[in-house]
Amino acid sequence: MKWIIDLFSSSLGRKLIMALTGLFLISFLIIHCTINAMIFFNDGGETFSYWGHFMGTNPVIRTLEIGLVAGFLIHIIQGLSLWRANHAARPVKYSVTKAPNSTWYSRSMGLLGTLLLLFLIMHTSHFWIPNRTNQFTHGEELPLYKMMFDVFSNPWIVFFYVIGCVSLFWHLLHGFASAFQSLGLNHLKYNGVISFVGTAFSIIVPFVFALMPIAVYFKWIN
Amino acid sequence: MKLESKVPEGPLAEKWTKHKFNLKLVNPANKRKYDVIVVGTGLAGASAAASLGELGYNVKAFCFQDSPRRAHSIAAQGGINAAKNYQNDGDSVYRLFYDTIKGGDYRAREGNVYRLAEVSVNIIDQCVAQGVPFAREYGGLLANRSFGGAQVSRTFYARGQTGQQLLLGAYSALNRQIANGKVKMYTRTEMLDVVVVDGKTRGIITRDLVTGKIESHSGHAVLLCTGGYGNVFYLSTNAKGSNVTASWRAHKKGALFGNPCFTQIHPTCIPVSGDHQSKLTLMSESLRNDGRVWVPKTAHKGLKAKEAASIPESDRDYFLERKYPSFGNLVPRDVASRNAKMMCDEGRGVGATGLAVFLDFSDAIKRDGRKTIEAKYGNLFDMYKQITGDNPYEMPMMIFPAVHYTMGGLWVDYNLMTNVPGLYALGEANFSDHGANRLGASALMQGLADGYFVIPYTLGDYLANIGWNDKVGTDHPAFKEAIEAVNARVNKLLSIKGKKTVDEFHRELGLTMWEYCGMSRNEAGLKTAKKKIQELKAEFWSNVDVLGNSNELNMELEKAGRVADFIELGELMVDDALNRAESCGGHFREESQTPDGEALRKDDEFTFASAWEYKGENQPEELHKEELRFENVKLTQRSYK
Amino acid sequence: MNITLKVWRQKNKDTKGGFKTYQADHVSSDMSFLEMLDVLNTSLIKKGEEPIHFDHDCREGICGMCSLYINGHPHGPLQTTTCQLHMRTFKDGETITVEPWRAKAFPIIKDLVVDRSAFDRIQQAGGYVSVNTGGVPDANEIPIPKKIADEAFDAAACIGCGACVAACKNASAMLFVSAKVSQLALLPQGQAEKKERAEKMVAQMDSEGFGSCTNTRACEAECPKGISVTNIARMNREYFSAMMTSYEVVVGGGE
Repeated sequence: MKWIIDLFSSSLGRKLIMALTGLFLISFLIIHCTINAMIFFNDGGETFSYWGHFMGTNPVIRTLEIGLVAGFLIHIIQGLSLWRANHAARPVKYSVTKAPNSTWYSRSMGLLGTLLLLFLIMHTSHFWIPNRTNQFTHGEELPLYKMMFDVFSNPWIVFFYVIGCVSLFWHLLHGFASAFQSLGLNHLKYNGVISFVGTAFSIIVPFVFALMPIAVYFKWIN
Repeated sequence: MKLESKVPEGPLAEKWTKHKFNLKLVNPANKRKYDVIVVGTGLAGASAAASLGELGYNVKAFCFQDSPRRAHSIAAQGGINAAKNYQNDGDSVYRLFYDTIKGGDYRAREGNVYRLAEVSVNIIDQCVAQGVPFAREYGGLLANRSFGGAQVSRTFYARGQTGQQLLLGAYSALNRQIANGKVKMYTRTEMLDVVVVDGKTRGIITRDLVTGKIESHSGHAVLLCTGGYGNVFYLSTNAKGSNVTASWRAHKKGALFGNPCFTQIHPTCIPVSGDHQSKLTLMSESLRNDGRVWVPKTAHKGLKAKEAASIPESDRDYFLERKYPSFGNLVPRDVASRNAKMMCDEGRGVGATGLAVFLDFSDAIKRDGRKTIEAKYGNLFDMYKQITGDNPYEMPMMIFPAVHYTMGGLWVDYNLMTNVPGLYALGEANFSDHGANRLGASALMQGLADGYFVIPYTLGDYLANIGWNDKVGTDHPAFKEAIEAVNARVNKLLSIKGKKTVDEFHRELGLTMWEYCGMSRNEAGLKTAKKKIQELKAEFWSNVDVLGNSNELNMELEKAGRVADFIELGELMVDDALNRAESCGGHFREESQTPDGEALRKDDEFTFASAWEYKGENQPEELHKEELRFENVKLTQRSYK
Repeated sequence: MNITLKVWRQKNKDTKGGFKTYQADHVSSDMSFLEMLDVLNTSLIKKGEEPIHFDHDCREGICGMCSLYINGHPHGPLQTTTCQLHMRTFKDGETITVEPWRAKAFPIIKDLVVDRSAFDRIQQAGGYVSVNTGGVPDANEIPIPKKIADEAFDAAACIGCGACVAACKNASAMLFVSAKVSQLALLPQGQAEKKERAEKMVAQMDSEGFGSCTNTRACEAECPKGISVTNIARMNREYFSAMMTSYEVVVGGGE
């Protein structure tokens, strides 16, 4: 099994891991975003809570959730370790750096990722961590819909959520297409589709996400 | 000294086959007991080192660049000839042989040239097998083009970068042997002397260019694959680092120098733009397939390319088409170059300096469309625009001849061995196959023929004859002596601390050579040149300024050593040009021309290759003549009319 | 033109380097960048100062020897080699900063000269087709579709200058390595060894200390020969499929 270790410790293999976990997290975003968008039915949280309850209690989903946590951790740890290795590949930096030969966000995936990590810590400590803790300790879910209204009544928090969504936008804008390139899926016939879907995805998903705290704060939803 | 060409007897077409059979072989188990030194890693060097490594010899290869892939073979653009006759247009080994002999103005050995044509077909097979991406037709088979005045399409090419692709092929074969441990590669290392003991070549002295360390390497044979000496002119199309040092040091150790005055001036180069000019850029002569060369019928001083359109068709002189109706713009290089010079001498040259002629593509673009022209020459047009700032799609190019290749080099026999046993010269470094003028797309052919298909056979014969225990170690006093001599010379260069830079000397030498020993030569001029060069040499050794130390990377020191050798070579070239009082190929003596100004050979007096022997510091060199025998072709006046 | 130059000077790999400022006056706009440095060097020698060391050879954009990181770009602001960069690209009075290639895998030898032998070692790891001289089939025996030959040529056009490494924020050599892997993966001649080649060349690349690929495409944007990042994707494919399917054959039959 040495070959597996060789594969995943090579620079290409490590990027493969980043790409695979990245695409997995992207698929999670689709579900997360879709369910949360149920609040826009403006039905007092009925649909949202129905699906929230399903996701929080269905045994299959709960098992998959372990994979999701692992996906996050691997993506984050691998990302940080790549950042360190890449930094070490150029011990003496250039003195002239203001000469773009690539987009700033493609060069700043580490920075954007770190911002997202900070956001993730804040976000999970608002909802996911208290909810799961309560489930383990008391066996029941917390009223997430109601909690949302509490959390998003603070304008600062709304602001940080929007910042998080903007970081997500830039991160996805490079990450989506980049994952395909890392996997070796670059073909003249399909590059256009990948680029279009990637751009659309990285605009729509963060926009919908950002709309939630804003809508709650401005009481477009009640 | 009697020069033995060792060309085997017998019918032309059977010489090489017969010779190969008669050569002794080295037992496969004994090959690993032989050490072979290869200096230079261009087409000849890399292919030789790789092929000898494959056979099992221990090879040490040296190059002064940071990687073997940088050798100047990489800059060859146009293509490589091979008598494949894939186009069914009447080509054959014999025709390639005949064209090469005729193109060389009957100053090359028949036997060598025939062998070159014969193995040319193997080269293409070899390169394709290595993964060289030659141009192909839509059906998937190899494409050919006609090149450099050939009446058949026998040139294989890889866009405008054939030399690069062939060199990278040879480099990859070399890399494979390095990985296998059969070749030990020394980069950024320069050869500074050859060690000869008991009349046999025993090794070389090198300088590590990074640490400055002088080292000795011993071997059973030494192969010099170090290219040509066009940089003696300072401005040439050679790379800045190209130099004659290895050949020259070998010459001083007894190797004869063949036909030093035979220089090729390439007609399609970008003209000089000012005093700062450091080198000249060649554009592939394939441009002459579609471009038409012209100057105005009457002098227009300082005519710019963008004003060319103002000259009506009736006032243009397409001088090559006019003088050579059957070959037109595709006459051989020497003829095209000389005619461009004549136009400029008449005052009809164009551009700010008046030292340029137009190469016009407007008719070709009208005929074939811009797209077709772009596909054929796009990279050359881009390069031209990059350098001059003019766009050749909209206005004619300006071109002027520049020194490009040197047919002369170390004298070698049919086995590519110099007169010093165990010392070989391959590729441009030897004098053998191109006579007085080289045809286009033949340099790559010769480099690879020598390295892949000649030396693996002929070297084995020498090694088998001397035996593996006939070797001298680096502890031999001769090595110590040579190291001391090299050190003394390095220290001398650093200690002069004069007033002039190395480049200033080099530029001065170049001007003298170009003026008196360039495109046309005469007795009085050559005598002036000889005097000037002798004076320059004396001044160099008393007034050159080389800063820095010998124990570090010191590029000025490297250059100084090379220029010192160029100066001495320059004098020999002048001697040779003086001696050869005929015109032939690239060597045009004004005293010897036909009534209409074409080169006039004097076959009765000069059907020989000159081979010069070094007789000691500041002593006149001694000329030896190798008579050239033509048994298969009839000597005729070259005519491209 | 008058130009101010800020040039990195460093005596050798063990000493600390720093920028030195030079004034280059009366620069002709027709000069190449290297010719401008030649002229500056001559004036330095005249003043008894050691000339600036920089790598160069063919000066026609093909040998790949010249380097220089000029105003934040490898080979300067145009997508070409430094030897093909002309002073007309710059403005009169401009300050130009010249740095060596910066990468752990390219240690500095002196001033602007760096050691790129890592590239050679990567090629030696597998950048070849294992055929000996002689004994090969006729060149026209294997037809290769023109498109494939053209694509292979595009990859083979790499001159090994290292601009991709210099341009990459990670000092990654992916474009260089993928160009060779691609060329031989596209051609039928390269098929026999394609798996070993991808595996060995990538392993050597990693061991030399180059960074990994973040797909910023800076390499492609700066490559003087326009090598495409499509090659990187192809190398990724080649490498993954090689790692997942290659195996050692245990010889046993016929005994």
